[in-house]
Amino acid sequence: MPEITRDEVRHLADLARIELDDAELDHIAPQLSVILESIASIAEVAAAEIPPTSHAIPLTNVFREDVVRPSLTAEQALSGAPASEQQRFSVPRILGDEQ
Amino acid sequence: MTESLISYDDAIAAFDPAMGLEVHVELNTNTKMFCGCAVEFGAEPNTQTCPTCLGLPGSLPVINGRAVESAIRIGLALNCEIAAWCRMARKNYFYPDMPKNFQTSQYDEPIAFDGYLDVEVDGETFRVEIERAHMEEDTGKSLHVGGATGRIQGADYSLVDYNRAGIPLIEIVTRPITGAGAKAPAVAKAYVATLRDLLLGLDVSDVRMEQGSMRCDVNLSLAPKGSEVLGTRTETKNVNSLRSVERAARYEVSRQATLLTDGTSILQETRHWHEDTGVTTSGREKSDADDYRYFPEPDLVPVAPSREWVAELKAALPEPLRVKRARLQTDWGFTDLEMRDVVASDAVVLIEQTVAAGTTPQAARKWWVAELTRRANSDGVELTELPITPAQVAAIQALVDAGEINDKLARQVFEGVLAGEGEPAAVVASRGLAVVSDDGALGEAIDRAIEANPDVAEKIRDGKHAAAGALIGAVMKDMKGQADAGRVRELVLEKLT
Repeated sequence: MPEITRDEVRHLADLARIELDDAELDHIAPQLSVILESIASIAEVAAAEIPPTSHAIPLTNVFREDVVRPSLTAEQALSGAPASEQQRFSVPRILGDEQ
Repeated sequence: MTESLISYDDAIAAFDPAMGLEVHVELNTNTKMFCGCAVEFGAEPNTQTCPTCLGLPGSLPVINGRAVESAIRIGLALNCEIAAWCRMARKNYFYPDMPKNFQTSQYDEPIAFDGYLDVEVDGETFRVEIERAHMEEDTGKSLHVGGATGRIQGADYSLVDYNRAGIPLIEIVTRPITGAGAKAPAVAKAYVATLRDLLLGLDVSDVRMEQGSMRCDVNLSLAPKGSEVLGTRTETKNVNSLRSVERAARYEVSRQATLLTDGTSILQETRHWHEDTGVTTSGREKSDADDYRYFPEPDLVPVAPSREWVAELKAALPEPLRVKRARLQTDWGFTDLEMRDVVASDAVVLIEQTVAAGTTPQAARKWWVAELTRRANSDGVELTELPITPAQVAAIQALVDAGEINDKLARQVFEGVLAGEGEPAAVVASRGLAVVSDDGALGEAIDRAIEANPDVAEKIRDGKHAAAGALIGAVMKDMKGQADAGRVRELVLEKLT
Protein backbone atom coordinates (compact mmCIF):
# COMPACT_ATOMS: atom_id res chain seq x y z
CA MET A 1 0.00 0.00 0.00
CA PRO A 2 1.34 3.48 -0.80
CA GLU A 3 2.37 5.38 2.25
CA ILE A 4 3.69 8.87 2.48
CA THR A 5 6.36 9.41 5.10
CA ARG A 6 6.74 12.30 7.45
CA ASP A 7 9.96 13.30 5.68
CA GLU A 8 8.24 13.33 2.31
CA VAL A 9 5.50 15.57 3.67
CA ARG A 10 8.11 17.86 5.15
CA HIS A 11 9.91 18.00 1.79
CA LEU A 12 6.70 18.73 -0.13
CA ALA A 13 5.67 21.38 2.36
CA ASP A 14 9.07 22.94 1.92
CA LEU A 15 8.69 22.97 -1.88
CA ALA A 16 5.25 24.52 -1.54
CA ARG A 17 6.58 27.08 0.98
CA ILE A 18 4.14 25.87 3.62
CA GLU A 19 5.47 25.94 7.16
CA LEU A 20 4.47 22.88 9.17
CA ASP A 21 5.52 22.21 12.74
CA ASP A 22 6.06 18.71 14.17
CA ALA A 23 2.51 18.42 15.48
CA GLU A 24 1.09 19.36 12.08
CA LEU A 25 3.35 16.87 10.33
CA ASP A 26 2.18 14.11 12.70
CA HIS A 27 -1.40 15.05 11.91
CA ILE A 28 -1.16 15.46 8.12
CA ALA A 29 1.16 12.61 7.08
CA PRO A 30 -1.29 9.80 7.99
CA GLN A 31 -4.18 11.74 6.40
CA LEU A 32 -2.30 12.01 3.11
CA SER A 33 -1.55 8.30 3.28
CA VAL A 34 -5.25 7.56 3.52
CA ILE A 35 -5.92 9.73 0.46
CA LEU A 36 -3.21 7.93 -1.49
CA GLU A 37 -4.71 4.58 -0.53
CA SER A 38 -8.11 5.69 -1.76
CA ILE A 39 -6.63 6.76 -5.09
CA ALA A 40 -4.78 3.45 -5.32
CA SER A 41 -8.01 1.52 -4.99
CA ILE A 42 -9.38 3.41 -8.00
CA ALA A 43 -6.24 2.45 -9.92
CA GLU A 44 -7.02 -1.21 -9.15
CA VAL A 45 -10.44 -0.89 -10.73
CA ALA A 46 -9.23 0.95 -13.84
CA ALA A 47 -8.45 -1.65 -16.49
CA ALA A 48 -5.84 -1.27 -19.19
CA GLU A 49 -8.39 -0.04 -21.73
CA ILE A 50 -9.28 2.98 -19.58
CA PRO A 51 -6.82 5.78 -20.29
CA PRO A 52 -5.74 8.10 -17.48
CA THR A 53 -7.92 11.19 -17.39
CA SER A 54 -6.55 14.65 -16.81
CA HIS A 55 -9.52 16.63 -18.11
CA ALA A 56 -13.20 16.26 -17.38
CA ILE A 57 -14.27 17.21 -20.91
CA PRO A 58 -13.08 15.35 -24.03
CA LEU A 59 -12.07 18.44 -25.99
CA THR A 60 -8.82 19.12 -27.87
CA ASN A 61 -7.35 21.99 -29.88
CA VAL A 62 -9.05 24.98 -28.33
CA PHE A 63 -6.99 27.76 -29.88
CA ARG A 64 -7.08 31.53 -29.92
CA GLU A 65 -6.50 33.75 -32.97
CA ASP A 66 -3.15 35.55 -32.80
CA VAL A 67 -4.80 38.95 -32.47
CA VAL A 68 -3.66 41.61 -30.01
CA ARG A 69 -6.16 42.60 -27.34
CA PRO A 70 -5.75 45.64 -25.13
CA SER A 71 -3.52 45.10 -22.12
CA LEU A 72 -3.95 46.67 -18.71
CA THR A 73 -2.23 50.00 -18.17
CA ALA A 74 0.87 49.85 -16.00
CA GLU A 75 -1.09 51.63 -13.26
CA GLN A 76 -3.84 48.99 -13.39
CA ALA A 77 -1.30 46.16 -13.50
CA LEU A 78 0.52 47.50 -10.47
CA SER A 79 -2.60 48.48 -8.53
CA GLY A 80 -2.65 45.21 -6.59
CA ALA A 81 1.07 45.18 -5.86
CA PRO A 82 2.06 45.72 -2.23
CA ALA A 83 5.02 47.78 -3.49
CA SER A 84 6.23 49.08 -6.81
CA GLU A 85 9.09 51.18 -8.08
CA GLN A 86 10.15 52.36 -11.55
CA GLN A 87 6.83 51.03 -12.93
CA ARG A 88 7.85 47.52 -11.81
CA PHE A 89 6.67 45.10 -9.14
CA SER A 90 8.92 45.34 -6.13
CA VAL A 91 9.64 41.93 -4.63
CA PRO A 92 11.61 40.95 -1.53
CA ARG A 93 15.17 39.77 -1.81
CA ILE A 94 15.15 36.62 -3.96
CA LEU A 95 18.25 34.85 -2.63
CA GLY A 96 17.49 34.49 1.03
CA ASP A 97 18.83 32.41 3.86
CA GLU A 98 20.11 29.58 1.71
CA GLN A 99 22.69 31.88 0.07
CA MET B 1 42.24 28.80 -10.16
CA THR B 2 41.88 30.47 -13.55
CA GLU B 3 45.66 30.77 -13.96
CA SER B 4 46.25 27.12 -13.30
CA LEU B 5 43.75 25.67 -15.81
CA ILE B 6 45.32 23.16 -18.15
CA SER B 7 45.23 24.16 -21.79
CA TYR B 8 42.41 23.18 -24.10
CA ASP B 9 44.76 21.10 -26.26
CA ASP B 10 46.03 19.14 -23.26
CA ALA B 11 42.50 18.70 -21.93
CA ILE B 12 41.18 17.37 -25.22
CA ALA B 13 44.14 15.01 -25.58
CA ALA B 14 43.09 13.24 -22.37
CA PHE B 15 39.30 13.56 -22.37
CA ASP B 16 36.33 13.25 -24.73
CA PRO B 17 33.61 15.87 -24.28
CA ALA B 18 29.89 15.11 -24.47
CA MET B 19 27.63 18.11 -24.96
CA GLY B 20 23.93 18.76 -24.79
CA LEU B 21 22.51 22.04 -26.01
CA GLU B 22 19.24 23.61 -24.92
CA VAL B 23 18.09 26.50 -27.03
CA HIS B 24 15.15 28.71 -26.12
CA VAL B 25 13.53 30.61 -28.96
CA GLU B 26 10.92 33.34 -28.55
CA LEU B 27 8.36 33.10 -31.34
CA ASN B 28 7.49 36.19 -33.38
CA THR B 29 3.75 35.87 -32.91
CA ASN B 30 1.70 39.04 -32.43
CA THR B 31 0.52 37.96 -29.00
CA LYS B 32 1.54 35.94 -25.97
CA MET B 33 1.18 32.17 -25.62
CA PHE B 34 -1.98 32.19 -23.50
CA CYS B 35 -3.43 35.70 -23.76
CA GLY B 36 -3.88 38.54 -26.23
CA CYS B 37 -1.16 40.84 -24.85
CA ALA B 38 1.27 42.24 -27.43
CA VAL B 39 4.88 41.05 -27.35
CA GLU B 40 6.83 44.04 -28.64
CA PHE B 41 10.47 44.22 -27.59
CA GLY B 42 11.45 47.31 -25.62
CA ALA B 43 7.99 48.45 -24.50
CA GLU B 44 7.64 50.44 -21.28
CA PRO B 45 7.64 48.14 -18.20
CA ASN B 46 4.37 46.35 -17.39
CA THR B 47 2.40 47.83 -20.29
CA GLN B 48 1.92 44.44 -22.00
CA THR B 49 0.22 42.50 -19.21
CA CYS B 50 -3.29 41.34 -18.35
CA PRO B 51 -4.93 39.25 -15.62
CA THR B 52 -3.92 36.00 -17.39
CA CYS B 53 -0.18 36.66 -17.73
CA LEU B 54 -0.11 38.29 -14.29
CA GLY B 55 -1.63 35.12 -12.86
CA LEU B 56 -4.55 36.93 -11.24
CA PRO B 57 -7.28 34.78 -9.66
CA GLY B 58 -10.07 33.70 -12.00
CA SER B 59 -8.16 34.31 -15.23
CA LEU B 60 -8.02 31.51 -17.77
CA PRO B 61 -5.40 30.85 -20.46
CA VAL B 62 -6.19 30.00 -24.10
CA ILE B 63 -3.47 28.66 -26.40
CA ASN B 64 -2.29 30.85 -29.29
CA GLY B 65 -3.01 28.77 -32.42
CA ARG B 66 -0.25 30.38 -34.42
CA ALA B 67 2.32 29.47 -31.74
CA VAL B 68 1.27 25.82 -32.08
CA GLU B 69 1.62 26.09 -35.85
CA SER B 70 5.13 27.58 -35.46
CA ALA B 71 6.09 24.82 -33.01
CA ILE B 72 4.98 22.16 -35.49
CA ARG B 73 6.84 23.84 -38.37
CA ILE B 74 10.02 24.05 -36.25
CA GLY B 75 9.64 20.37 -35.35
CA LEU B 76 9.17 19.38 -38.98
CA ALA B 77 12.16 21.47 -40.13
CA LEU B 78 14.23 19.63 -37.50
CA ASN B 79 13.08 16.29 -38.95
CA CYS B 80 11.07 15.51 -35.80
CA GLU B 81 8.01 13.38 -35.23
CA ILE B 82 4.99 15.50 -34.34
CA ALA B 83 2.93 14.26 -31.40
CA ALA B 84 -0.59 13.16 -32.33
CA TRP B 85 -1.76 14.24 -28.87
CA CYS B 86 0.04 16.12 -26.15
CA ARG B 87 -0.63 18.26 -23.12
CA MET B 88 0.72 21.36 -21.49
CA ALA B 89 2.02 20.90 -17.95
CA ARG B 90 2.63 23.04 -14.92
CA LYS B 91 6.22 23.35 -13.79
CA ASN B 92 5.89 24.50 -10.20
CA TYR B 93 8.48 26.74 -8.60
CA PHE B 94 8.54 29.86 -6.49
CA TYR B 95 10.43 32.63 -8.14
CA PRO B 96 9.08 36.10 -8.84
CA ASP B 97 9.83 35.92 -12.58
CA MET B 98 6.59 33.92 -12.92
CA PRO B 99 3.67 35.58 -11.13
CA LYS B 100 1.60 32.36 -11.26
CA ASN B 101 4.22 30.44 -9.24
CA PHE B 102 4.39 27.98 -12.09
CA GLN B 103 5.49 28.06 -15.69
CA THR B 104 3.15 26.52 -18.25
CA SER B 105 5.35 24.16 -20.21
CA GLN B 106 5.36 20.61 -21.53
CA TYR B 107 6.76 17.69 -19.60
CA ASP B 108 6.75 14.12 -20.90
CA GLU B 109 4.63 14.90 -23.98
CA PRO B 110 6.57 17.38 -26.13
CA ILE B 111 4.89 18.43 -29.37
CA ALA B 112 7.97 17.41 -31.40
CA PHE B 113 10.58 14.73 -30.75
CA ASP B 114 13.27 12.49 -32.31
CA GLY B 115 14.74 14.72 -34.99
CA TYR B 116 18.14 15.86 -36.19
CA LEU B 117 20.00 18.81 -37.66
CA ASP B 118 23.11 18.42 -39.82
CA VAL B 119 25.75 21.06 -39.24
CA GLU B 120 29.01 21.71 -41.00
CA VAL B 121 32.41 22.42 -39.44
CA ASP B 122 35.45 22.88 -41.70
CA GLY B 123 33.67 21.08 -44.51
CA GLU B 124 32.82 18.09 -42.30
CA THR B 125 29.17 17.27 -41.53
CA PHE B 126 28.06 16.44 -37.98
CA ARG B 127 24.56 15.14 -37.31
CA VAL B 128 23.14 16.65 -34.13
CA GLU B 129 20.25 14.58 -32.83
CA ILE B 130 17.27 16.45 -31.47
CA GLU B 131 15.61 14.86 -28.47
CA ARG B 132 12.61 17.16 -28.29
CA ALA B 133 11.16 20.58 -29.01
CA HIS B 134 8.44 21.68 -26.67
CA MET B 135 6.16 24.67 -26.14
CA GLU B 136 6.29 26.87 -23.08
CA GLU B 137 6.16 30.52 -22.04
CA ASP B 138 8.88 33.03 -21.27
CA THR B 139 9.35 34.55 -17.82
CA GLY B 140 9.41 38.15 -16.59
CA LYS B 141 12.55 40.25 -16.35
CA SER B 142 14.08 41.23 -13.01
CA LEU B 143 16.21 44.20 -12.04
CA HIS B 144 18.19 43.62 -8.86
CA VAL B 145 18.55 46.65 -6.61
CA GLY B 146 21.36 47.11 -4.10
CA GLY B 147 24.44 44.92 -3.84
CA ALA B 148 27.14 44.79 -6.45
CA THR B 149 26.58 45.59 -10.14
CA GLY B 150 22.97 44.55 -10.45
CA ARG B 151 23.64 40.90 -9.61
CA ILE B 152 21.08 38.86 -7.74
CA GLN B 153 23.66 37.96 -5.09
CA GLY B 154 23.65 40.56 -2.34
CA ALA B 155 20.69 42.48 -3.77
CA ASP B 156 18.33 44.13 -1.28
CA TYR B 157 15.25 43.61 -3.41
CA SER B 158 14.23 43.15 -7.03
CA LEU B 159 11.95 44.92 -9.50
CA VAL B 160 10.00 42.82 -11.98
CA ASP B 161 8.62 43.68 -15.42
CA TYR B 162 6.11 41.10 -16.69
CA ASN B 163 5.99 42.24 -20.34
CA ARG B 164 8.04 39.18 -21.30
CA ALA B 165 6.10 36.77 -19.07
CA GLY B 166 3.98 34.59 -21.31
CA ILE B 167 5.75 35.19 -24.64
CA PRO B 168 5.61 31.92 -26.61
CA LEU B 169 8.85 30.02 -26.25
CA ILE B 170 10.07 26.86 -27.93
CA GLU B 171 12.76 24.90 -26.11
CA ILE B 172 14.85 22.72 -28.41
CA VAL B 173 16.93 20.05 -26.67
CA THR B 174 19.63 17.94 -28.30
CA ARG B 175 20.71 14.45 -27.35
CA PRO B 176 24.30 14.28 -26.04
CA ILE B 177 26.69 15.20 -28.86
CA THR B 178 29.63 12.82 -28.70
CA GLY B 179 32.49 11.91 -30.99
CA ALA B 180 33.30 15.46 -32.05
CA GLY B 181 36.49 15.47 -29.95
CA ALA B 182 38.44 18.71 -30.19
CA LYS B 183 35.83 20.12 -32.55
CA ALA B 184 33.00 19.84 -30.00
CA PRO B 185 32.92 23.57 -29.15
CA ALA B 186 32.97 24.44 -32.88
CA VAL B 187 30.13 21.97 -33.48
CA ALA B 188 28.15 23.65 -30.69
CA LYS B 189 28.62 27.05 -32.31
CA ALA B 190 27.79 25.70 -35.78
CA TYR B 191 24.65 24.04 -34.40
CA VAL B 192 23.36 27.27 -32.87
CA ALA B 193 24.23 29.24 -36.04
CA THR B 194 22.56 26.66 -38.28
CA LEU B 195 19.51 26.50 -36.04
CA ARG B 196 19.28 30.29 -36.13
CA ASP B 197 19.39 30.34 -39.95
CA LEU B 198 16.78 27.57 -40.09
CA LEU B 199 14.44 29.51 -37.77
CA LEU B 200 15.03 32.68 -39.78
CA GLY B 201 14.09 30.78 -42.95
CA LEU B 202 10.87 29.60 -41.26
CA ASP B 203 10.12 33.19 -40.19
CA VAL B 204 9.02 32.01 -36.75
CA SER B 205 11.34 34.15 -34.61
CA ASP B 206 13.56 37.22 -34.77
CA VAL B 207 16.33 34.97 -33.38
CA ARG B 208 18.28 37.95 -32.06
CA MET B 209 20.68 36.52 -29.50
CA GLU B 210 21.73 39.99 -28.32
CA GLN B 211 18.08 40.83 -27.60
CA GLY B 212 17.47 37.52 -25.89
CA SER B 213 14.99 36.13 -28.42
CA MET B 214 17.35 33.15 -28.77
CA ARG B 215 19.24 31.86 -25.74
CA CYS B 216 21.48 28.85 -25.23
CA ASP B 217 22.41 26.63 -22.30
CA VAL B 218 25.47 24.43 -22.76
CA ASN B 219 25.59 21.12 -20.88
CA LEU B 220 28.99 19.53 -20.93
CA SER B 221 30.73 16.57 -19.39
CA LEU B 222 34.07 14.86 -19.90
CA ALA B 223 34.98 11.20 -20.00
CA PRO B 224 38.51 9.81 -20.06
CA LYS B 225 39.49 9.20 -23.68
CA GLY B 226 38.15 5.89 -24.94
CA SER B 227 35.70 5.48 -22.06
CA GLU B 228 32.05 5.02 -22.98
CA VAL B 229 30.75 6.30 -19.66
CA LEU B 230 29.44 9.87 -19.55
CA GLY B 231 30.94 12.02 -16.81
CA THR B 232 29.13 14.38 -14.44
CA ARG B 233 27.77 17.32 -16.37
CA THR B 234 27.50 21.01 -15.69
CA GLU B 235 24.85 23.25 -17.19
CA THR B 236 26.17 26.64 -18.25
CA LYS B 237 23.46 29.28 -18.57
CA ASN B 238 23.43 32.75 -20.03
CA VAL B 239 25.41 31.89 -23.16
CA ASN B 240 23.96 34.48 -25.45
CA SER B 241 26.15 34.87 -28.51
CA LEU B 242 27.57 32.43 -31.04
CA ARG B 243 31.14 33.19 -29.98
CA SER B 244 30.21 32.60 -26.36
CA VAL B 245 28.77 29.17 -27.13
CA GLU B 246 32.17 28.09 -28.42
CA ARG B 247 34.16 29.93 -25.76
CA ALA B 248 32.03 28.66 -22.86
CA ALA B 249 32.33 25.07 -24.11
CA ARG B 250 36.12 25.39 -24.45
CA TYR B 251 36.36 26.90 -20.98
CA GLU B 252 34.33 24.11 -19.39
CA VAL B 253 36.50 21.49 -21.12
CA SER B 254 39.64 23.04 -19.61
CA ARG B 255 38.07 23.62 -16.21
CA GLN B 256 36.63 20.12 -15.86
CA ALA B 257 39.83 18.51 -17.18
CA THR B 258 41.82 20.43 -14.58
CA LEU B 259 39.60 19.17 -11.76
CA LEU B 260 39.52 15.59 -13.04
CA THR B 261 43.29 15.51 -13.50
CA ASP B 262 43.64 16.66 -9.89
CA GLY B 263 41.38 13.81 -8.82
CA THR B 264 38.58 16.21 -7.85
CA SER B 265 35.09 15.22 -8.88
CA ILE B 266 32.83 17.48 -10.92
CA LEU B 267 29.86 18.96 -9.13
CA GLN B 268 26.57 18.62 -10.99
CA GLU B 269 25.52 22.25 -10.96
CA THR B 270 24.31 25.26 -12.86
CA ARG B 271 27.11 27.59 -13.90
CA HIS B 272 26.96 31.14 -15.18
CA TRP B 273 28.91 32.33 -18.22
CA HIS B 274 30.59 35.71 -18.00
CA GLU B 275 31.07 37.21 -21.44
CA ASP B 276 33.51 39.89 -20.19
CA THR B 277 35.97 37.65 -18.37
CA GLY B 278 35.42 34.49 -20.43
CA VAL B 279 34.90 32.21 -17.45
CA THR B 280 32.03 30.28 -15.88
CA THR B 281 31.26 30.53 -12.19
CA SER B 282 29.23 28.30 -9.94
CA GLY B 283 25.54 29.11 -9.72
CA ARG B 284 23.25 28.23 -6.91
CA GLU B 285 23.45 24.65 -5.78
CA LYS B 286 19.87 23.55 -5.96
CA SER B 287 19.66 20.05 -4.59
CA ASP B 288 15.89 19.78 -4.82
CA ALA B 289 15.31 22.20 -7.68
CA ASP B 290 14.44 19.34 -10.02
CA ASP B 291 11.41 18.68 -7.90
CA TYR B 292 9.11 20.80 -10.04
CA ARG B 293 6.07 18.61 -9.33
CA TYR B 294 4.94 18.70 -12.95
CA PHE B 295 1.31 17.86 -13.59
CA PRO B 296 -1.00 18.25 -16.61
CA GLU B 297 -2.35 21.79 -16.88
CA PRO B 298 -6.01 21.54 -15.90
CA ASP B 299 -6.94 24.90 -17.47
CA LEU B 300 -5.90 23.90 -20.99
CA VAL B 301 -7.22 21.07 -23.12
CA PRO B 302 -4.79 18.78 -24.98
CA VAL B 303 -3.24 19.73 -28.32
CA ALA B 304 -3.92 17.09 -30.97
CA PRO B 305 -2.69 18.28 -34.36
CA SER B 306 -4.48 16.38 -37.12
CA ARG B 307 -2.26 14.46 -39.51
CA GLU B 308 -3.76 16.49 -42.37
CA TRP B 309 -2.69 19.75 -40.74
CA VAL B 310 0.82 18.43 -40.11
CA ALA B 311 1.10 17.21 -43.72
CA GLU B 312 -0.10 20.58 -44.97
CA LEU B 313 2.48 22.42 -42.87
CA LYS B 314 5.19 20.02 -43.99
CA ALA B 315 4.38 20.54 -47.66
CA ALA B 316 4.60 24.31 -47.20
CA LEU B 317 8.01 24.30 -45.45
CA PRO B 318 10.75 26.33 -47.15
CA GLU B 319 13.52 24.33 -48.83
CA PRO B 320 15.90 22.66 -46.33
CA LEU B 321 18.93 24.72 -45.34
CA ARG B 322 21.44 22.41 -47.04
CA VAL B 323 19.51 22.50 -50.29
CA LYS B 324 19.18 26.24 -50.03
CA ARG B 325 22.89 26.75 -49.40
CA ALA B 326 23.78 24.54 -52.36
CA ARG B 327 21.39 26.55 -54.54
CA LEU B 328 22.79 29.87 -53.29
CA GLN B 329 26.35 28.71 -53.98
CA THR B 330 25.36 27.87 -57.57
CA ASP B 331 23.40 31.10 -58.00
CA TRP B 332 26.25 33.16 -56.61
CA GLY B 333 28.96 31.29 -58.50
CA PHE B 334 31.08 30.80 -55.38
CA THR B 335 33.76 28.10 -55.20
CA ASP B 336 33.50 25.50 -52.41
CA LEU B 337 36.25 27.34 -50.55
CA GLU B 338 34.54 30.70 -50.92
CA MET B 339 31.24 29.24 -49.71
CA ARG B 340 32.97 27.59 -46.75
CA ASP B 341 34.41 30.97 -45.76
CA VAL B 342 30.99 32.55 -46.10
CA VAL B 343 29.46 29.90 -43.82
CA ALA B 344 32.35 30.14 -41.35
CA SER B 345 31.96 33.93 -41.27
CA ASP B 346 28.26 33.45 -40.58
CA ALA B 347 27.51 35.65 -43.59
CA VAL B 348 25.09 33.53 -45.66
CA VAL B 349 21.93 35.42 -44.72
CA LEU B 350 23.70 38.79 -44.76
CA ILE B 351 24.99 38.17 -48.29
CA GLU B 352 21.58 36.92 -49.36
CA GLN B 353 19.99 40.15 -48.13
CA THR B 354 22.73 42.30 -49.68
CA VAL B 355 22.32 40.58 -53.04
CA ALA B 356 18.56 41.07 -52.75
CA ALA B 357 19.27 44.79 -52.32
CA GLY B 358 20.98 44.85 -55.71
CA THR B 359 24.67 44.05 -55.10
CA THR B 360 26.57 41.40 -57.04
CA PRO B 361 27.33 38.26 -55.00
CA GLN B 362 31.10 38.74 -55.34
CA ALA B 363 30.95 42.32 -54.11
CA ALA B 364 28.66 41.34 -51.21
CA ARG B 365 31.06 38.52 -50.32
CA LYS B 366 34.08 40.82 -50.51
CA TRP B 367 32.63 43.32 -48.03
CA TRP B 368 31.05 40.86 -45.56
CA VAL B 369 33.69 38.14 -45.52
CA ALA B 370 36.85 40.22 -45.92
CA GLU B 371 36.21 43.73 -44.66
CA LEU B 372 33.44 43.37 -42.10
CA THR B 373 34.42 39.96 -40.66
CA ARG B 374 37.85 41.38 -39.89
CA ARG B 375 36.20 44.33 -38.20
CA ALA B 376 33.84 42.10 -36.18
CA ASN B 377 36.76 39.94 -35.04
CA SER B 378 38.83 42.90 -33.94
CA ASP B 379 35.83 44.37 -32.10
CA GLY B 380 35.05 40.99 -30.52
CA VAL B 381 31.44 40.96 -31.72
CA GLU B 382 29.31 38.82 -34.03
CA LEU B 383 29.20 39.82 -37.69
CA THR B 384 25.42 40.18 -37.36
CA GLU B 385 25.89 42.55 -34.42
CA LEU B 386 27.92 45.13 -36.35
CA PRO B 387 25.88 48.32 -36.60
CA ILE B 388 25.54 48.08 -40.37
CA THR B 389 22.73 46.58 -42.43
CA PRO B 390 22.79 44.66 -45.72
CA ALA B 391 20.92 47.62 -47.26
CA GLN B 392 23.74 49.96 -46.21
CA VAL B 393 26.38 47.62 -47.65
CA ALA B 394 24.40 47.54 -50.89
CA ALA B 395 24.18 51.35 -50.87
CA ILE B 396 27.97 51.65 -50.49
CA GLN B 397 28.58 49.23 -53.35
CA ALA B 398 26.08 51.20 -55.45
CA LEU B 399 28.17 54.34 -54.84
CA VAL B 400 31.25 52.40 -56.01
CA ASP B 401 29.41 51.15 -59.09
CA ALA B 402 28.28 54.68 -59.90
CA GLY B 403 31.91 55.84 -59.78
CA GLU B 404 31.23 58.23 -56.92
CA ILE B 405 33.69 56.46 -54.64
CA ASN B 406 36.31 53.77 -55.16
CA ASP B 407 37.03 50.70 -53.00
CA LYS B 408 39.57 52.57 -50.91
CA LEU B 409 37.11 55.37 -50.12
CA ALA B 410 34.41 52.76 -49.58
CA ARG B 411 36.42 51.44 -46.63
CA GLN B 412 36.25 54.89 -45.09
CA VAL B 413 32.50 54.98 -45.70
CA PHE B 414 32.23 51.62 -43.86
CA GLU B 415 34.14 53.15 -40.97
CA GLY B 416 31.79 56.12 -40.92
CA VAL B 417 28.63 54.02 -41.00
CA LEU B 418 30.00 51.71 -38.26
CA ALA B 419 30.87 54.79 -36.19
CA GLY B 420 27.25 55.87 -36.36
CA GLU B 421 27.77 58.81 -38.72
CA GLY B 422 24.64 58.01 -40.68
CA GLU B 423 23.73 56.50 -44.04
CA PRO B 424 26.50 55.91 -46.62
CA ALA B 425 25.61 58.96 -48.77
CA ALA B 426 25.66 61.18 -45.68
CA VAL B 427 29.07 59.80 -44.66
CA VAL B 428 30.44 60.48 -48.16
CA ALA B 429 29.18 64.06 -47.92
CA SER B 430 30.25 64.79 -44.35
CA ARG B 431 33.68 63.24 -44.73
CA GLY B 432 34.17 64.74 -48.20
CA LEU B 433 34.94 61.33 -49.70
CA ALA B 434 33.54 61.58 -53.21
CA VAL B 435 36.07 60.87 -55.95
CA VAL B 436 37.11 63.87 -57.97
CA SER B 437 35.52 63.41 -61.35
CA ASP B 438 36.19 67.02 -62.28
CA ASP B 439 38.53 66.62 -65.28
CA GLY B 440 40.04 70.05 -64.58
CA ALA B 441 41.29 69.10 -61.12
CA LEU B 442 42.40 65.70 -62.35
CA GLY B 443 44.18 67.34 -65.32
CA GLU B 444 46.17 69.57 -63.01
CA ALA B 445 47.21 66.60 -60.87
CA ILE B 446 48.21 64.68 -64.01
CA ASP B 447 50.31 67.62 -65.20
CA ARG B 448 52.08 67.68 -61.85
CA ALA B 449 52.73 63.91 -62.07
CA ILE B 450 54.13 64.20 -65.61
CA GLU B 451 56.40 67.02 -64.52
CA ALA B 452 57.70 65.00 -61.57
CA ASN B 453 58.21 61.83 -63.64
CA PRO B 454 59.48 62.95 -67.06
CA ASP B 455 61.13 59.58 -67.82
CA VAL B 456 57.84 57.70 -67.26
CA ALA B 457 55.97 60.19 -69.44
CA GLU B 458 58.56 59.64 -72.17
CA LYS B 459 58.03 55.87 -72.12
CA ILE B 460 54.30 56.32 -72.53
CA ARG B 461 54.85 58.71 -75.41
CA ASP B 462 56.98 55.92 -76.94
CA GLY B 463 53.92 53.66 -76.78
CA LYS B 464 54.70 51.76 -73.58
CA HIS B 465 51.24 52.11 -72.09
CA ALA B 466 52.08 49.69 -69.29
CA ALA B 467 54.21 52.42 -67.75
CA ALA B 468 51.07 54.47 -67.09
CA GLY B 469 50.64 52.69 -63.76
CA ALA B 470 53.42 54.75 -62.16
CA LEU B 471 51.74 58.02 -63.19
CA ILE B 472 48.29 56.82 -62.09
CA GLY B 473 49.79 55.94 -58.70
CA ALA B 474 51.32 59.39 -58.38
CA VAL B 475 48.01 61.06 -59.30
CA MET B 476 46.04 58.90 -56.85
CA LYS B 477 48.52 59.84 -54.12
CA ASP B 478 48.23 63.51 -55.04
CA MET B 479 44.43 63.25 -54.89
CA LYS B 480 44.59 61.40 -51.55
CA GLY B 481 42.90 58.41 -53.14
CA GLN B 482 39.82 60.38 -54.10
CA ALA B 483 40.02 59.76 -57.82
CA ASP B 484 38.66 57.16 -60.18
CA ALA B 485 41.77 55.28 -61.30
CA GLY B 486 40.11 54.25 -64.57
CA ARG B 487 39.34 57.84 -65.49
CA VAL B 488 42.88 58.92 -64.55
CA ARG B 489 44.29 56.30 -66.89
CA GLU B 490 42.09 57.53 -69.73
CA LEU B 491 43.18 61.13 -69.18
CA VAL B 492 46.91 60.21 -68.91
CA LEU B 493 46.81 58.29 -72.16
CA GLU B 494 44.80 61.05 -73.81
CA LYS B 495 47.40 63.61 -72.81
CA LEU B 496 50.50 61.63 -73.81
CA THR B 497 49.46 59.76 -76.94
